Amino acid sequence: MKNTVISVRNLVKKFGNFIANDNLTFEVYKGEIFGFLGANGAGKTTAIRILSGLSKPTSGEVIVAGFDARKQPEQIKKNIGYMCQKFSLYEDLTVKENIMLYGGIYGMKKQLIRDRTRSLLERLQFEEYGDRLIAALPLGLKQKLAFSVAVLHEPKIVFLDEPTGGVDPITRRQFWEMIYETAARGITVFVTTHYMDEAEYCDRVSIMNEGKIEALDTPAGLKKQYQAGSIEEVFISIARPGKN
Amino acid sequence: MTANSIISVSHLSKSFGEVNALKDISFDVGEGEVFGFIGPDGAGKTTLFRIITTLLLPDEGEVTILGLDCVKGFRELRKNIGYMPGRFSLYMDLTVEENLNFYATVFGTTVRENYDLIADIYAHIEPFRKRPAGKLSGGMKQKLALSCALIHKPALLVLDEPTTGVDAVSRAEFWEMLKKLKKYHITILVSTPYMDEAMRCDKVALIQEGKILSVDQPERITDGFSRRLFSVRSSEKYKLIRALREFPLTDTAYPFGDSVHVTFRDDHYDDTLYRYLTAAGFTDVSIGETRAGIEDRFLELMTPPLQGSNRTL
Repeated sequence: MKNTVISVRNLVKKFGNFIANDNLTFEVYKGEIFGFLGANGAGKTTAIRILSGLSKPTSGEVIVAGFDARKQPEQIKKNIGYMCQKFSLYEDLTVKENIMLYGGIYGMKKQLIRDRTRSLLERLQFEEYGDRLIAALPLGLKQKLAFSVAVLHEPKIVFLDEPTGGVDPITRRQFWEMIYETAARGITVFVTTHYMDEAEYCDRVSIMNEGKIEALDTPAGLKKQYQAGSIEEVFISIARPGKN
Repeated sequence: MTANSIISVSHLSKSFGEVNALKDISFDVGEGEVFGFIGPDGAGKTTLFRIITTLLLPDEGEVTILGLDCVKGFRELRKNIGYMPGRFSLYMDLTVEENLNFYATVFGTTVRENYDLIADIYAHIEPFRKRPAGKLSGGMKQKLALSCALIHKPALLVLDEPTTGVDAVSRAEFWEMLKKLKKYHITILVSTPYMDEAMRCDKVALIQEGKILSVDQPERITDGFSRRLFSVRSSEKYKLIRALREFPLTDTAYPFGDSVHVTFRDDHYDDTLYRYLTAAGFTDVSIGETRAGIEDRFLELMTPPLQGSNRTL
């Protein structure tokens, strides 16, 4: 029996007359790498904000890490991690200061933060960077560090919003290996990306269009269902029906 | 400089303080080519494009564009170059129509005079011509910015990461629009961090840390991959990557979607790997030789073949 960490039933989110999320129903399992794809404006950000306790559903049931998104958003926030491409770390703080700050925000004990800081820097082979300002780090290192900080408190789920934008191909692969390692530890990874080839790294992928989830399956299953050679072809046939 | 070169760059270098943004770069772009610069953030793409659009001065080397020196001929050049910078070049509080008219006027022309050129692109956003640019979706902003960069009918169009952060559908549409511009013989210089877009270009330069790793037609760059490449699959991906790294004959092992791409030392391959993985407890391994893609080639150029002990990623 699969252990469900995100359960969404008939989720609707409206802004005035605009339906941003139109009756979403899906589940995400423990230790799964779940790709959340969709065109710009399809409603992904709205859904992620609800899943992370930042916004309330208009109707429907959303359970994340065992907590109700409507009634227990604060509990959800304690049990998830979040990282996005644009901003995650404070540029004018050092590597260690950023780790301390986030550990503190998540209510971790000082000794635990110290221990985790040491093992984190060791694992990333970052020891020499501990006292450097974030602003002075190359982009690839920043992204890897931001990811490590997002899972510092061992959340049940980590949300990654386009984590690999603009990084070189080697760093991108190192980043995915960190994702694999994290998922293998039992942390669920919920990831959005515009790199369609990255969808193939996921265990399962959902594709949103105009507020609805139009497809959800393993990458191989989607390619079979849409008789496509790649997830990009699947994506284009969903988000641009009738053309091409 | 070859015949019909629109851009000729030789031994170009540019530094900002300690940072060597461009290191001895040389390349030529022929008339009517779609020439792509592919590389990660910080590779030097934007610096290079700013020099070509006469917005920055080179430290060393020569840059000739449309037969003019990029330093001495900047006034004349600016009339003939259309530039779409990475951050949007639009005035967010002006409407779609006002933005377009503004750019036409700055370049001493009118929208009507060159409307043919942008008709296909502008048609997508014309229904919203009274809307402020700031209220357009990402895909529509991109189409408007492209229309504005084209409205003076430039001989050279320079597009700095036009598809970054844009979804796959808008990206595909954007490349179709560029293809249609071919009939106007406009030369297009475009940069992108998306490797898969390389295949849409006539010629591609792979750029990393201020150096050009390779310049060629995209198929030929892929053909440059010199090794035997194998694709290994198993449902236990993370365990598989680790096992492949520990396999003594492995040179490189990189995750590629649902498989791992592997090269072996001296390109030596036999059934040892299969036996090794089976002994390690994998029950669903498949191994097959595969053709390299542009990203495999980029990785190869970033990491020369290994001598001596096993590499750690």
